[in-house]
Amino acid sequence: MKNALQLAYLVPLFPLLGFLINGLGRKSLSKGAIGVIGSGMILASFVVSLLMFLQVKEGNTIVAEYFNFIHVGKLSIPFAFQVDQLSSIFLLIITGVGFLIHVYSTSYMHEEPTEHFGRYFAYLNLFVFSMLLLVMGANYVIMFIGWEGVGLCSYLLIGFWFKKTAYNKAANKAFIMNRIGDLAFLIAIFWIIGKVGSVGYADVLQFAGDGSFSNKDLMGITLLLFIGATGKSAQIPLYTWLPDAMAGPTPVSALIHAATMVTAGIYMIARSNIMYTLSPVTLNIIAWIGLATALVAATIAMKQNDIKKVLAYSTVSQLGYMFLALGTGSYVAAVFHVMTHAFFKALLFLGSGSVIHAMGGEQDIRKMGGLSKYMKITNLTFLIGCIAIAGIPGFSGFFSKDEILAGAFGKSPVLYGIGLFTALLTAFYMFRLYATTFRGNFRGTHDQEHHLHESPAAITVPLLVLAVLSIVGGYIGIPEYMAHGAHRLSEFLEPVFASSNAIMEKHEISHSTEWMLTGVSSVLIIIVVLAAWKRFSSKPDLQDAEGFGKVLENKWYVDEIYDKVIVQPISRFAGFLTNVVERLVIDGVVNGVGRLVNYSGRQLRLLQSGQVGSYVLLMVFGILVVFVIQFFLRK
Amino acid sequence: MPINYYIFLSIALFCIGIVGVLTRRNAIIIFMCIELMLNAVNLMFVAFSKMHHLAAGSGASTVGTDGQLFVFFIMVVAAAEVSVGLAIIVMMYRNIHSVDVNFLNRLKH
Repeated sequence: MKNALQLAYLVPLFPLLGFLINGLGRKSLSKGAIGVIGSGMILASFVVSLLMFLQVKEGNTIVAEYFNFIHVGKLSIPFAFQVDQLSSIFLLIITGVGFLIHVYSTSYMHEEPTEHFGRYFAYLNLFVFSMLLLVMGANYVIMFIGWEGVGLCSYLLIGFWFKKTAYNKAANKAFIMNRIGDLAFLIAIFWIIGKVGSVGYADVLQFAGDGSFSNKDLMGITLLLFIGATGKSAQIPLYTWLPDAMAGPTPVSALIHAATMVTAGIYMIARSNIMYTLSPVTLNIIAWIGLATALVAATIAMKQNDIKKVLAYSTVSQLGYMFLALGTGSYVAAVFHVMTHAFFKALLFLGSGSVIHAMGGEQDIRKMGGLSKYMKITNLTFLIGCIAIAGIPGFSGFFSKDEILAGAFGKSPVLYGIGLFTALLTAFYMFRLYATTFRGNFRGTHDQEHHLHESPAAITVPLLVLAVLSIVGGYIGIPEYMAHGAHRLSEFLEPVFASSNAIMEKHEISHSTEWMLTGVSSVLIIIVVLAAWKRFSSKPDLQDAEGFGKVLENKWYVDEIYDKVIVQPISRFAGFLTNVVERLVIDGVVNGVGRLVNYSGRQLRLLQSGQVGSYVLLMVFGILVVFVIQFFLRK
Repeated sequence: MPINYYIFLSIALFCIGIVGVLTRRNAIIIFMCIELMLNAVNLMFVAFSKMHHLAAGSGASTVGTDGQLFVFFIMVVAAAEVSVGLAIIVMMYRNIHSVDVNFLNRLKH
């Protein structure tokens, strides 16, 4: 299969086809057909991605240009796909996890009417298509198309149950907050065009690698790109949309708001790594913002009682971790964590979906408890997910998180300290969630208890597959100090980050230090996990939090602060515009023009007296004026 | 005779015509004043035609004749106008028993 890379265009084409078929045929196709088409298209993409991955593994990469997308003056932007080490990893994650989630959705969404079922799969396929465009594009413009596409699909799917106003508001919030970031991204693209005259990764990164950017340009561009990333990847200050995005169906949360879309920002920065490496100030900002997000989101997650909200904040927190990795220059660790996070967070979300399904739509963990007796597979897989995200040794999360923390330690022990503290918080709230949900006694109503059941195979099989991936996924990145040359991901990604690695200052830490750090963090995490397990199995906190806990439960009142500081002034300003500017200025001008015409018409009408003499008089005056102009004023 | 006299006479006739049209209300007098203006123009045509003809000398017999041709056209058109105009005035008198143009402002309403 030498030519597998030539098939790159098929990867996004399949989901696009699926979108068209399901979207147009949503009223005529049966649910079975819709499910098969929706999932099958993603499976086809996955197979092609896998074939391409095998090619890339042998060192072949490709930049395939299909047609000229924009050609203006000297600027030419081809519609081109780039399949290299970085994008092929993302392709596998998107299509692989995406396929599992599609299969899961066929069962999870089965109670929807056929038309909406079709709409759901059409949106989901469109999302995968956009996401594939985002990672496959060979220049920033194609990436931006995908970037906007996923934003749109995210909006559509968050507001999937559009009859509820609150859900629509959540969708709007997500869309608008993303737009803020998108604007920065767009400005960065224009800046790049202005300086480089091209948007292709190859040209831009070459240009940056040669040191042709001035420091100011580089810092501006990288910061703007990063602001774009904070929008899409839910970082401070634009993270508040992600928890609200849980209004969408649970598989959507798993696919878009955990596994794929929110990692787009990490992909973008990893793709532009050389620019960031050359701009240490931006890297520092990224590291601190990432860490702050990780910490803040983790503290909020400690006190949430909605099963999906906990997972949402944990996603924000893990994304913060990835940015910490980017900020410390460990790009590989960031991509590694994207991958493991995609496995275990998709697993956790799908698990929570299975729980919600069994509980008949109940999402409050205070009303659950003891579910392990009723849902064996969900229980087991959810536990694996929790272990993986907590970072207990041997599971995937351990390897990626450990690598990030090691990178942070190399840069500054303060980063490491806060990072480790956040990891402990993560372990704590995840096991608080697990123990409250699955251990102890059932606290729901009698009807709910009667209804409890394990989910069908379409739900449990993806859970099992993801659980296996959550366990073994970490072994492609065994750190150097444990086994020499076993970090296969790092080797694989080497070409993408080569130029960055060459100029990055290395903070070598000795193997013994690393062993010690890992040992300390592992022991602490296990202690925290056991403590949380014990505490919340027997005595879950069912009361509303008080004191500081109340602040956390209310998410540090960030939403309220944003509302007061930004939303309300803007809406007051909008009110001023409608009531004063619109009414007085705009209406005034429009009505004024009307009144002027009316008035002048009435005045001019007086000339039309019907008196022949006055007409003739005017005519004579007119002729006289013409004569005067002719004789005296000409020349 | 110098051309100036013709011009002054012609201007005088034309101005009398204009003033007549502007000030009189009797349709027939207005009509006569219009004829006066037309004839003032005719006089001017003929005078200039003659002047050019003399200036060109005896060799060029056709110079300046087009001015005189125009005069004939104007006379023909004026004759046609008189017939139509007088007919209108007659109809007007039959309808409103007056030839005062100030009564003819019905289109305004």
